[in-house]
Amino acid sequence: MNKWEDNKAWFLILPVFIIVAFSAVIPLMTVVNYSVQDIFGPGQRFFIGIEWFKEVLSDGRLHEALWRQLLFSGLVLLIEMPLGIGIALLMPKKGWGSSACLVILALPLLIPWNVIGTIWIIFTRPDIGLFGAAINTLGLPFDHTASPFDAWVTVMLMEVWHWTPLVALLAYAGLRAIPEVYYQAAKIDGASSWAIFRYIQLPKMRGVLTIALLLRFMDSFLIYAEPFVLTGGGPGNSTTFLSIYLVKVAVGQFDLGPAAAFSLIYFLIVLLFCWLFYQALQAVGTGDKQ
Amino acid sequence: MARIDLNEIRHSYKPSPKSDDDFALKRVHTTWEDGGAYALLGPSGCGKTTMLNIISGLLKPSHGQILYDGVDVSAMQPEERNIAQVFQFPVLYDTMTVYDNLAFPLRNRNVPASEVDARVRRIAETLELTNDLGKRAAGLSADAKQKISLGRGLVRSDVAAILFDEPLTVIDPHLKWELRRKLKEIHKEFGLTMIYVTHDQVEAMTFADKIVVMYEGEIVQTGTPEELFERPEHVFVGYFIGSPGMGFLECTLEGDIAHVNGAAIPLEPGYGVRASSLGSRFKLGIRPMYLGVHSSREACGELPGFEARVVGVEDQGFCRIVTVQFGGQEIKARINDGHPVAEGLCWLTFPPEKTKLYFNERLVG
Repeated sequence: MNKWEDNKAWFLILPVFIIVAFSAVIPLMTVVNYSVQDIFGPGQRFFIGIEWFKEVLSDGRLHEALWRQLLFSGLVLLIEMPLGIGIALLMPKKGWGSSACLVILALPLLIPWNVIGTIWIIFTRPDIGLFGAAINTLGLPFDHTASPFDAWVTVMLMEVWHWTPLVALLAYAGLRAIPEVYYQAAKIDGASSWAIFRYIQLPKMRGVLTIALLLRFMDSFLIYAEPFVLTGGGPGNSTTFLSIYLVKVAVGQFDLGPAAAFSLIYFLIVLLFCWLFYQALQAVGTGDKQ
Repeated sequence: MARIDLNEIRHSYKPSPKSDDDFALKRVHTTWEDGGAYALLGPSGCGKTTMLNIISGLLKPSHGQILYDGVDVSAMQPEERNIAQVFQFPVLYDTMTVYDNLAFPLRNRNVPASEVDARVRRIAETLELTNDLGKRAAGLSADAKQKISLGRGLVRSDVAAILFDEPLTVIDPHLKWELRRKLKEIHKEFGLTMIYVTHDQVEAMTFADKIVVMYEGEIVQTGTPEELFERPEHVFVGYFIGSPGMGFLECTLEGDIAHVNGAAIPLEPGYGVRASSLGSRFKLGIRPMYLGVHSSREACGELPGFEARVVGVEDQGFCRIVTVQFGGQEIKARINDGHPVAEGLCWLTFPPEKTKLYFNERLVG
């Protein structure tokens, strides 16, 4: 068969180029464009280089929001990962119990995010909320609209309630994929339950747990809707996470330049952390020890 | 190191078995002598693995008892029974090194570190894993992985028995021989009871002193390779052992004479008496290598020759497999020497001492 050069093959991958361009590259480039210009109005644009980046990086309120955000995501991972794995381990392996657990676990994931915020506003209201009223009756003053600590507790509770099921479902899928023969071998070898978890279940779940960790990190680092509805970033700035602050800058103050620079830095931070987590988890699985 | 008795074991995977067909193991009542090397041979789905898992305790039988050295262990977990089992596919603790994998069963039983080290190095040397001891198990080849699985089974010296469930399935053929030889060496050296499940008769015969043949959830014969070959107690054993397997002809019986569609074949004296009360429809069985095929009636010698027709000759190099049409039935003969066999008319001889009689699939006598 003769071979000839034919560039028609480009047409086959053209749809992907177009989709990626419109969904990722063009919007991102728009942001890059804004981040290096000072815009006063249509036709009044001035190139200012990295000035917005300098300004944003030295913004004290952004630093506060960043630390707040890191603390929040750190707590989210520390609570949700072990809790999700624990729930997955306790779930029935088969039968109607397993189906029931899966449906119940999936429920929080099916609720729109702003509705979740609303649910928790009502749930934790100190006067009529089931949780808020109950805990106040018990003699513990609780009001997430007044106390920063209570606001954090509420946001954490909501976040854990909302997203731990995702970790649990992924971990459960990972557990179910382990062949029965591993458990049989462990029985023969006299392994304890802890050893089975440590040397069989955890290593075999590494793939799904990597995905769970990355998803939970990204989602929690980018969290907006639920705390916005629940606390609006308050009281004070106590629950003003990066996204909430970004929206205040971009929409509230309409500072497009700084907001664009902020967005790019935000994006790079998420990318950096994901890369670090991914590398760390890969190393756990393949590193040789002598 | 223990004698293992299986006492009237029956097992069904169904919650409420009704007929015999619902049982994976119909009735097993047998003894595995201390220090024996056994092969458990049978086709896929005959209950070999079920039996193995019942011995090790991974499975609780629906009925019956398991005794180790006379002690009832039926209710015990595998770790309490102190038994080793190697599975068909490699099972590894991925995150551990080869060394830690091999040491795992010992460490779980709180064996002192110095003894662990000695045992692990000993086994690693036998299985030629010494150079890999520091490596992580996950990155090794399938062969090496299965060797580690074998090693974990062999590392404990005090086990009641070591059970192998088709352990060499994933191993390269040339390495199979090698590993099987190693297992025999280990068996000789430590005198452990070993039960080796396989569906490959060559593997069974090269490994074991005694072969246990299973068929449809029952043990149909236990014996040395020679006994299985010379005196199959069940039609299935005759057919499964040997290549090609035993040939069978439908027959009726009159005294010590078997009638195959008019031909009167004399059997060893005594069959008539033993078979008289059983019924009328029998099967005559003969190994292909014992069935004589001759080009003329005179060549048959002292034995009576029966006219038959050769319908196919298959040259296998060192021998020829001849398919013969005899009395409306087909039977195979194996001819080792060079005498010519052509398609067409021939005469068959049935040496009486090699000709067996079966009723209801079982040997008469």
